[in-house]
Amino acid sequence: MRRSVKLWALLMALMLIAAACGGSDDAGTGDGDNGDGAAEGATLVFGTSADPVVLDGALVSDGESLRAIDQMFEGLVTLEPGTTEVVPGLAEDWEISDDGLTYTFNLRDGVTFHDGTEFNADAVCFNFERWYNFEGTFQNPAASYYWQTVFGGFSDGKTPSLYKGCTATDDLTAVLEINNPSASILGALALTSFTMASPEALEQYDADSGKVDADGIFSPTGTYATEHPTGTGPFMFKEWVRGDRLTMVRNPDYWGEFEGNIDELIFRPIADPAARLQALQAGDIQGFDLVDPQDYETIEGDDSLQLLNRPAFNVGYVGFNQAVKPLDNLAVRQAIAHSINRQEVVDAFYAGQGVVATQFMPPEVVGYADDVTTYDYDPELAAQILEDAGVQTPVQIDFAYPTDVERPYMPDPQANFEAMVADLEESGLFEVEQKNATWSPDYLDNVDNGRYGLYLLGWTGDYGDPDNFVGTFFQTEQPAWGFNNQEIFDALDAAEQETDPTTREQMYQEANRLIMDFLPGLPYVHTEPGLAFTANVEGYTPSPVSLEPFSVVTVN
Amino acid sequence: MLRFVVRRLLQLIPILLGVSILLFAFVRALPGGPAIALLGERATEESVERIETELGLDQPIYVQYGRYVRNLVQGDLGTSTRSRQPVLEELKQKFPATVELAFAAMLFAIILGIPLGFLAAKRYLGFLDNASLFVSLIGISFPVFFLALLLKYVFAIKLGWLPTVGRVDVTRSIEHPTNFYLLDAVLTRDWEGVVDVLKHLVLPAIALGTIPLAIVARITRAAVLDVLNEDYVRTARAKGLDPSVVDRRHVMRNAMLPVVTVIGLQTGLLLTGAVLTETVFAWPGMGSWMLEAIRFRDYAVIQGGILFFALLVSLTNLAVDVSYAYLNPKIRLSR
Repeated sequence: MRRSVKLWALLMALMLIAAACGGSDDAGTGDGDNGDGAAEGATLVFGTSADPVVLDGALVSDGESLRAIDQMFEGLVTLEPGTTEVVPGLAEDWEISDDGLTYTFNLRDGVTFHDGTEFNADAVCFNFERWYNFEGTFQNPAASYYWQTVFGGFSDGKTPSLYKGCTATDDLTAVLEINNPSASILGALALTSFTMASPEALEQYDADSGKVDADGIFSPTGTYATEHPTGTGPFMFKEWVRGDRLTMVRNPDYWGEFEGNIDELIFRPIADPAARLQALQAGDIQGFDLVDPQDYETIEGDDSLQLLNRPAFNVGYVGFNQAVKPLDNLAVRQAIAHSINRQEVVDAFYAGQGVVATQFMPPEVVGYADDVTTYDYDPELAAQILEDAGVQTPVQIDFAYPTDVERPYMPDPQANFEAMVADLEESGLFEVEQKNATWSPDYLDNVDNGRYGLYLLGWTGDYGDPDNFVGTFFQTEQPAWGFNNQEIFDALDAAEQETDPTTREQMYQEANRLIMDFLPGLPYVHTEPGLAFTANVEGYTPSPVSLEPFSVVTVN
Repeated sequence: MLRFVVRRLLQLIPILLGVSILLFAFVRALPGGPAIALLGERATEESVERIETELGLDQPIYVQYGRYVRNLVQGDLGTSTRSRQPVLEELKQKFPATVELAFAAMLFAIILGIPLGFLAAKRYLGFLDNASLFVSLIGISFPVFFLALLLKYVFAIKLGWLPTVGRVDVTRSIEHPTNFYLLDAVLTRDWEGVVDVLKHLVLPAIALGTIPLAIVARITRAAVLDVLNEDYVRTARAKGLDPSVVDRRHVMRNAMLPVVTVIGLQTGLLLTGAVLTETVFAWPGMGSWMLEAIRFRDYAVIQGGILFFALLVSLTNLAVDVSYAYLNPKIRLSR
């Protein structure tokens, strides 16, 4: 017996020594920090919420795939960092024909893909033709979502397509033709899904071949999207171990200026937000996205960490379905708007990261109007409006919220809902029948089919164009809103097609004024999601559409 | 013995079929479908219909099940709707991670639990006994995720000794012939890699191993107490046998039977139940994989994973039964 006790004691001692030894070498992830100042050849490990799906921009629409692809690929145009303003990318400049149907892109000279092949007008047209000719499962909206959103259909002609053709008139001039004028197309071309891939790599690594299993689920058989993504961007693909890391290295032949000092960029998937924060605190990662609002205080209180806010690019709103009476009465809608204390809701449930919305798009989007009609919290005014309109009070309304869901614009739907219901009932003007359903599919289904009167919902933008906000909501008659207002529909149609940027902005501002006078719903919040970094990371510029290059980031 | 094993293996077939039917029905009863999970709030009615047709979800459920079983028999677990990889391929990567962690956790539980339980029994009602009871109670009642956060706070954030997430440092390249990283590092003679992998294993293994540790300690204590009161132990002592030999040969060997059972069952449980630990430590194993699959309504992964769990638990139970026979020749496995 005594011997075995000794044995255990020895073992424990060994374990302790092992643990102590572990402490003697640096537990950091070797972020290349060699004292003060910018470290040459730094490594930055960024904590993501999940693995990318695949690394082919044309086939994804989820944030984590796009984030990775953004570092390795570039489009004809891009966005000024931190804004939604379109600036030259692989195209130095462009001309738009007077009829708005022809876009002539003058390409940058001397750009090469990561495989050494030349980027030119043929490569541009190759990419457009590839997207346009997608077949079968590639036409699945879960795959080519952005093509379908921006260009509509494919070459098979089943649904009309905005795309007409692409011609390389010379080595550095690519002419894109479209079937109808669309001013939003230039902004859309900045999307990660329309970045340029090396034609040679696409063919060599079978980007477009795959098999469909018995359940009809497509899986790529080529290795392009998992092992050989080849773009022109500042970082090149090195290695991807699912669940563990995606490693990218600096492109030594990058055509542009590489402002930062990161040589090796690693995306590490950590699904749990608390684990991401701890990994940051321990130095295992140097940054992460999607910070939990409850952690803001911890990060801000820690000198070795920093919190950045991404400009708002979403809207949370109370929808009014005018097919449900008496919501067709403008006075009732106005009275509801004046009875809900939106400021209090935003203060109480958004951890300081929300701002009260005045219209259905965030201020960062072109076409935002400073002078729309606003509806301040004023129950007395609400009572007056109803009285003037001769509406009998209390007004019976039904109001629904989703369960089992958190959205960026709605971290706690039930709490928002309860506060609003309390406001409405305290005013004495409304009697609310409360409803709820699980977010997916019941709630969304009920909303889309117009089964609720009032309902909580919201939207996160895909790209920096007003059409992606108000156009999505109000350009056609929809059961969710239950109204037919030709004036608004026409205003949005005209604004979408206008190609002159200044006129277009004014047209959208006017549309926003019209909408907020008509009050089809009550927008109540835009939120600014948080990103966290260690204090030695500089230069990261949060973008409303999350288009954030790491090539400008410096690790000190 | 062989007949027993074969019969038990044959019994697996109806069990797995039953599990697969239940699973198939349950998974389809989940709110939301893969189409909506894929498309989210951008889902339009047409696009949902199109995906459902494409995934064959618009066909009668028995047709879908028939197709599923047919593929299953051919070893095809389907394709993940999220990663677009075959489920079997993903399983091959995820399972070794879970096994590695489960074994490390069980090793921790056994190495500490058996001696703790043994000493507690030897010092029955003494200080050590009470202390071990106290430790066990805490071990069982402490929420795993909280323990994990606490361990990380102390050993990673405050002391900086150990990493908080993952299986290996992301800046280190190691080859993966087997996907058991420790084994991989040893096989490729990457000794720094071995140390790195071990450092990544310590905290998750402790977090995951605490409950089994408490259980193993309590069961060992009870079993040893029983045996200590047996006549043959008193006889052995009376005839002047070295006390350590008595402990080893008479007490421990006889007390091990229930302990082995518990170890077996706990191992089986750890292989399937490490969802929390894996999530908190971003450990790319079965648990976090299944959680992700449920989040994204990845039917093929949910079904394949749980079916695999069922197979695993059945096999673990079988292994426990077989090891009984080894430890106690009185047990006959003919039935």
